[in-house]
Amino acid sequence: MKRYLSKHYTLKRKIQVLEELFFRSAMLTASILITLALCSIIWSIMQKGLPCLSWEMISQAPKGGFYFGKEGGILNAIAGSVYLAFGSTLLAFVIGLPVALYLNTYLQRAPRLVTIIRFILDLLWGIPSIVYGAFGFALMVFFRLPSSLAAGIIIVALLILPIMIRAIDEGLKSSPAGLKEAAYSLGSTNAELSFKILTRQCMPAIITAILLSFGRAIGDAASVLFTTGFTDNIPYSLGQPAATLPLSIFFQLSSPIPQVKERAYAAAAVLTIIILITSILSRLLSKKHNKNIVKF
Amino acid sequence: MESKIIIEDLDLYINGDQILKNINLHIPKNKITVILGPSGCGKTSLMKCMNRLTDIYPEMRIRGKILIDNENILDTHQDVTLLRKKMGLLSQRPYPLPMSIFNNVAFGMKINGKKKKAYLQHRVEHYLKQANLWDEVKHRLKDPGTSLSIGQQQRMCLARGLAVDPDIILADEPSSALDPISSLEIEKKFVELKENYTIVLVTHILRQAMRLADYVVFMYLGEVIEQGPAKEFFASPKTEITKAYLSGSIN
Repeated sequence: MKRYLSKHYTLKRKIQVLEELFFRSAMLTASILITLALCSIIWSIMQKGLPCLSWEMISQAPKGGFYFGKEGGILNAIAGSVYLAFGSTLLAFVIGLPVALYLNTYLQRAPRLVTIIRFILDLLWGIPSIVYGAFGFALMVFFRLPSSLAAGIIIVALLILPIMIRAIDEGLKSSPAGLKEAAYSLGSTNAELSFKILTRQCMPAIITAILLSFGRAIGDAASVLFTTGFTDNIPYSLGQPAATLPLSIFFQLSSPIPQVKERAYAAAAVLTIIILITSILSRLLSKKHNKNIVKF
Repeated sequence: MESKIIIEDLDLYINGDQILKNINLHIPKNKITVILGPSGCGKTSLMKCMNRLTDIYPEMRIRGKILIDNENILDTHQDVTLLRKKMGLLSQRPYPLPMSIFNNVAFGMKINGKKKKAYLQHRVEHYLKQANLWDEVKHRLKDPGTSLSIGQQQRMCLARGLAVDPDIILADEPSSALDPISSLEIEKKFVELKENYTIVLVTHILRQAMRLADYVVFMYLGEVIEQGPAKEFFASPKTEITKAYLSGSIN
C-alpha cells in the first residue's frame, strides 16, 4: 500500500491509484474464480470418471442388463455422438461459411438488411435446443419418418448454424477495410475476395466457429432426444437411430444402482476428452495457416 | 498535353454530407499528377472515386462523370473488375494479402487466369525487380508477406499493383508510413515509372509534391482551388488560399 500511495501525491492522483488498485484486484479475483470453477468441474469428472473407465467401457456396446450394472460399454453412444457431431458440424460449416461471406461481401451495399439478418441469427442462437428438438420431431411426425442419425444431423446442424455463421461473421467484420480495398483494386471479384483472401485472413475465427459449433453439437441432449432416438446398437447407416453420449449419461445417472451412476461419470469423462482432443488438434492444424495473417 | 483522366462536375456525398464539390480535373497522360491539400480535404475520397472503391461503401453517393480514355467509368454498365485492373492502388499503409510474398505478387495474375508456374515465376521476378525488391527477397519468396518490413511491404504492394498490368497508378500518401529512405526509394521509382504509367499521387507533404509533380491539383475543403503545371503552380500561385498553403500558414 505504501508503495502505491506516496505522500507527495495530490488527492486526485491518490484516487486514481486506488481506483487502479481496486479494478486490478477485482479482475484478478474474477479470473481466479473462473479458473477454479473450470478446474473443479474437470477435476470432479475425471476423479469420478477415470477409475470406472475401462477398455470394456469404450470398446463395447451395452449388453443386456448394462443399465442394471451388468457388463457392456458405451461404444454405441461414443460412435453416435462422434458421427452426429462431425456430420452436423460439417453440414453447418458448408452452409454457414458462404452465408457469412455473403453477408460481408455481396451484401455490404445493404447494411440495413445485414443488421436484420444478424439480429435474427442472434435470436436463433438464443432459442433453447429442446425447441429445435420439438420442431424436428413435429416435422418427422408429419412426414412419418422414424428417428434416425440423419434427422439428428439435420436438426443439430440447424441448431448450430446461427453459432457458426455469427462466429465467422464476427471475424470477417473485423478484417481491415484496407485489405478488402487492396483485393478489389487488384480486380478481384467478391467470390475471389471471399474464398482466396478473407477465409485465410479469418482462419482463427473460422476455427473458433467450428469448435464452438462442435462443442454445442456433441454436448446437446435435448435436440437429439426425439430426433436421433436412442439405441444399444452402433449405427451403420444414416437411416438408423443412434445413441448419443449426453443421453447415455442422462440414462445412467437416473439409475438407482450406484455402479451404473459411476459409469455415467466415465461417459462424461469420455465426452470431455473428445472435446479436448478436437480443440487441441484443430488449434495445432490451424497454426501453420496463421503465419500469413495480417495483423493490425 | 493528352489527358488520361477527365473529371467533370463530380460531387460525392457521405451520409448526406457533401465531401467533394463540383470537381473538374484533367489528369495528363504519362505524368505525375500530385493532388495536394491539407488533411481531410477529400483527396483520398477523390482517389476512391477513380477506381470506384466508393461502390463498396453504401454511405457514399456519387454524381458526375469520370472519363478514362474517354469512357465514363461511373456508368453502371462498366465492368468494375476490369476497370480496377487498369489501375494499381498504393494505399497509405501497405496491406499485404494473407499469403506468401510470391503469391502476393502473383495473385493478380492468377485471378486473371494465368496459372502456369514458369510464367508466374518469370513475371513475379520481373515485377519485384521493377519495385526494387527482388534482391532483398529472392531467397525468401515463400515467406509470408507480413514478414517484411513496412517499407518492403509497400514496395511489394507496388509490385503487386504493377503485376495486373495497369495504365494508371493511384498512390494515396504512399510514404506516410515509411521512413525517409524508403519513401525516397518509392519516389525515385515513380519518376522511372511515369514513362509508361499515368501516376496520380495524393500527398499533403509539400516538399514531396515539389520533388515529384509535373502537374498539381490543389484541394481545400472538398473543392479544387487551383490546378496547373507544377512550375507555374509553385512559382506563381493564383489564389490567396494556395499562397497561404504554400507559405505554410494553413495546414
